[in-house]
Amino acid sequence: MANETSTSRTDTSTATAGDSQWPLWEVFVQPPGGEPHEHAGSVHAVDAESALQNARDVYARRGEAVNIWVVRSSQITASTPEDMGPFFDPGNDKPYRHPQFYKVPRGIRM
Amino acid sequence: MTAVASTGFEYVLRLGDDRLVLGHRLSEWCGHAPILEEDIALANIALDLIGQATLLLGLAGKIEGTGRDADALAYLRDAIDFRNALLVELPKGDFGVTIVRQLFFSVFALLQAEALQRSSNGELAGIAAKAVKELRYHVRHTADWVLKLGGGTDESHRRTQTAVDDLWRYTGELFLGDDIDRAAAASGLGVDPSTLEKPWQTTVRDVLGRAGLTIPESPYMQRGGRTGRHTEHLGHMLTEMQILARSHPGASW
Repeated sequence: MANETSTSRTDTSTATAGDSQWPLWEVFVQPPGGEPHEHAGSVHAVDAESALQNARDVYARRGEAVNIWVVRSSQITASTPEDMGPFFDPGNDKPYRHPQFYKVPRGIRM
Repeated sequence: MTAVASTGFEYVLRLGDDRLVLGHRLSEWCGHAPILEEDIALANIALDLIGQATLLLGLAGKIEGTGRDADALAYLRDAIDFRNALLVELPKGDFGVTIVRQLFFSVFALLQAEALQRSSNGELAGIAAKAVKELRYHVRHTADWVLKLGGGTDESHRRTQTAVDDLWRYTGELFLGDDIDRAAAASGLGVDPSTLEKPWQTTVRDVLGRAGLTIPESPYMQRGGRTGRHTEHLGHMLTEMQILARSHPGASW
């Protein structure tokens, strides 16, 4: 099991070939109560069925899940650290993106 | 102890001992499995079995009615008093042996637990209902592995075939069915294991067939565990399993 997530556009399944011959899979677990799936971690496995079983054993043993997704890490396209600025700049100079000018009518609870 | 109670005790003891001994054998992989994910999977299965054993031995002690609890039955009996089938006490061997044995036992135990959900003993029916869910996963996990190993490399195929050849002769004992089994079935407490053989054969032969593995021809089957005649391996295993409880009687932590 490796806990690193895909943080670049490189194929992480080959990037981690040093500690296992098996491909890496990212695990997304849906908690009870209709919450959306959340990234839980990753597992090594030779195919999707094994990845599901390993994910179940590693991340969903104590009733934390009602559903599991597994996806090959190499299939994930992620933004790179260099993208930080252009992708995520909060745009503080673009106040129209933040709806703080509206007056909240009385009686509306935030 | 009346004759009826004695039959019930013996019957439930067999159920508990199968799971306790196999659970301990599986736990020997902890920290040694081929990959971390499988290490966790095997430990989970071992814990499921030990959990089932704890409940079953507790129930056996209650039926016996002389004050022995699950710990006393697990830690303070000698090999000759254990009633597990020989299959589960054999050394863990290589990964192929462990997985093939686990498939053989899991399919058997699942059929048994499915039937025991209808036991006239409410506690046993409840334990069985809990176990069914666990055992379904054990079957799924081990069958998947047998398919991968049988259809994998030359070496994985050879080792898995060797495991089938070596272990097959220990499968017959699971379905023997003696007076105790028949009495337990007649009273509604238990299920006669001989009725489980046909569906077991169907499932196991299907998995082995799809894995490209063959079943040995020899009809000879080993037996003895249900009456306390064990292989030498059980005594060695118990020495390790029981030393702490026997060195520090009554200790708790």
